[in-house]
Amino acid sequence: MTEIRDRIIQIIAEQAMLDPSELKPEVSPQEIGIDSLGLVESIFAIEEAFDISVPFNANEPEKSDFDISSLGAIIGAVEKLVAEKA
Amino acid sequence: MNAKKNKGEKPPKSGRKPGKVKTATKIARTMLGRVIMGRHANGMRRVAITGMGTVNALGRDVPTTLEAMREGRCGIGSLEFRDVERLAIRIGGQVRDWEAETYFNRQQIVLYDKFTQFTLLAAREAVTQSGLVFEGELGLRSGVVLGTAAGGMNTWDENYRTVYEEGKNRVHPFVVPRLMNNAACSHLSLEYGLLGPSFTVATACASSNHAMGMAFNMVRSGAATVMLTGGSEAMLCFGGVKAWEGLRVMSKDACRPFSATRNGMVQGEGAGVFVFEDWEHATARGADILAEVVGFAMSADAQDIVMPSAIGAERTITGAMLDAHMRPDEVGYINAHGTGTAANDKTECAAVAHAFGHHADRLMISSTKSMHGHLIGGTGAVELLACIMALRDGVIAPTIGYEEFDPECALDVVPNEARDARVDAVLSNAFAFGGLNAVIALRKV
Repeated sequence: MTEIRDRIIQIIAEQAMLDPSELKPEVSPQEIGIDSLGLVESIFAIEEAFDISVPFNANEPEKSDFDISSLGAIIGAVEKLVAEKA
Repeated sequence: MNAKKNKGEKPPKSGRKPGKVKTATKIARTMLGRVIMGRHANGMRRVAITGMGTVNALGRDVPTTLEAMREGRCGIGSLEFRDVERLAIRIGGQVRDWEAETYFNRQQIVLYDKFTQFTLLAAREAVTQSGLVFEGELGLRSGVVLGTAAGGMNTWDENYRTVYEEGKNRVHPFVVPRLMNNAACSHLSLEYGLLGPSFTVATACASSNHAMGMAFNMVRSGAATVMLTGGSEAMLCFGGVKAWEGLRVMSKDACRPFSATRNGMVQGEGAGVFVFEDWEHATARGADILAEVVGFAMSADAQDIVMPSAIGAERTITGAMLDAHMRPDEVGYINAHGTGTAANDKTECAAVAHAFGHHADRLMISSTKSMHGHLIGGTGAVELLACIMALRDGVIAPTIGYEEFDPECALDVVPNEARDARVDAVLSNAFAFGGLNAVIALRKV
C-alpha cells in the first residue's frame, strides 16, 4: 500500500512542481495549483502507473465516483481500484 | 450631438476639420491610387511589416535563414525519425536536433505539438523585433491568423501508434488540444494577450499566403491594428511522409525547381511569423518598417483536385497587382511556388509569362523551396522572408539545384547563386492542391 501512496504522491508532486515531502494528505489539488487540465493529466498518469481505469468525468468532477477532494482521498480511491483489480 | 457621442464616433487622434480631410483626399486622388501618410485615397490603411521570425531547415532565426539563402545553402538532407527505413522517400528539409526543452517548460511541451513549438519560437523573434507590447487597447485591437495544412500531425501519428500498433486503449488527455489546427494560433493569442480576431486557415500549400492575405486585409480595413500572421507545418513523421509518398510527386534525391532534370518536391518543416501593423501606428511609435504589404488576391481553379491551372495562377497574379495598384513592369522579383514537380513549374512559368508579357523576361523568379523544402501550410511564410530580403537588402535568393534549361520554364530563375539587384516591388506565389491560389504583393519602404 505504501508503494501506491508513494507513487501517487510522486505523480501529484511532479504535476504541482513541488517536492513530494511537501505534500500532506489533507491538501486539495487546487491548493497546490493543479488546475483542471493538470488534474486530468494526473489521472492519466495514475491510470498508466497502475493499469487501472479511473471513473473521473472532467465535466462534473464532483459527481464522479472518484473522490478528488484531497490527496488522501485520491490515494484511498486508487487503493480501492487497485484492490478491485486484483 | 453631445460631446460624449462625438468622442465615441471620432478616431482618437482626429482633430482635423472637414475641409482639411477634403484636401487630403483631393491630393491623394491626383496621385492615382498612391498613398498619403498612413492611408490610401480610398480610406484604406497602409500595412507595415514590423517584425519577422522563423524556424526552418536553414536556421532557427531570420538572420541565419537569410544568410543561408544568400549563400545558396541547402537545408535538405536525410530524414531522421522513427521507422524512416520503411519509407521510399527519405529526404526532407528537417529542423535538425530539435529539442523542445531548450525553449519550453514541461507544462508547455505537453500541450505543444511541434507545429505549435515552431510557431511560438518564430513569433518570439518577430514580436521582439517589432518592439510591441500588447497591453490595454492594443491587445483588444490585435489578433492572429495563421496557416497550416496538417496541424498537429506528429500528435496524430504518435497516438495512432499507441492505439493501433501498440494496442493500448488509453491516450494522453491533451491529444485533442495538441493536434487541433488552431492550436498554434490559440497559443500565440495566449502568449501575447491578443484578444482580437484570431483563426487558422487551411488551404494546403497556400495556407500561409491565405493567412497573410487575411491579416493584410484586416489591418488595411481597420478591423485590427496588429495581426500576427504566417504559418507553420510539421509533417515530417512516418505517417506524414508516407501519405505524400502515395501521391508519387516526391523526389528521392533533390528539389530542383525549373530545371529540366527536376523530379518532384521535397518536404520541409518549420514556421514563419510576421507582425503586420497599421502604418500610422507603426510610424507613430517610430518602428523600423521592414516592407509594406500592398496587395493580395486569391482564387480557385475549379478544375482539378491536384493538377494546377495556368489560368487560375495568372488570374491571381494579375489580381494581386491590381489590388496593389502595381504595374507589371514594377515587379522586379517573384518568389515562385516552384515546387519542383513537372506540372507546377511549367504551369507557373506559363502563368507568369501571360501575366507579365514582355516584362516576364526582365523580372527574376526563384524558388527557395530548393533550399528549405516545401513547408506546405507554412511555406509562404518562410518564402516571404526571401521577398523581404530582396526589397530590403537587394539580394535575390537563388533557385539551387538547377542543372539544365527547360524550354517550358524559360524565365530568369536566378540559378544556383544569389544575385545583387535593386527591386522595389515583389510578389510571392502560392498555388495549392485543390486549385486554391493566393498571391501577396510587397513594396520596398
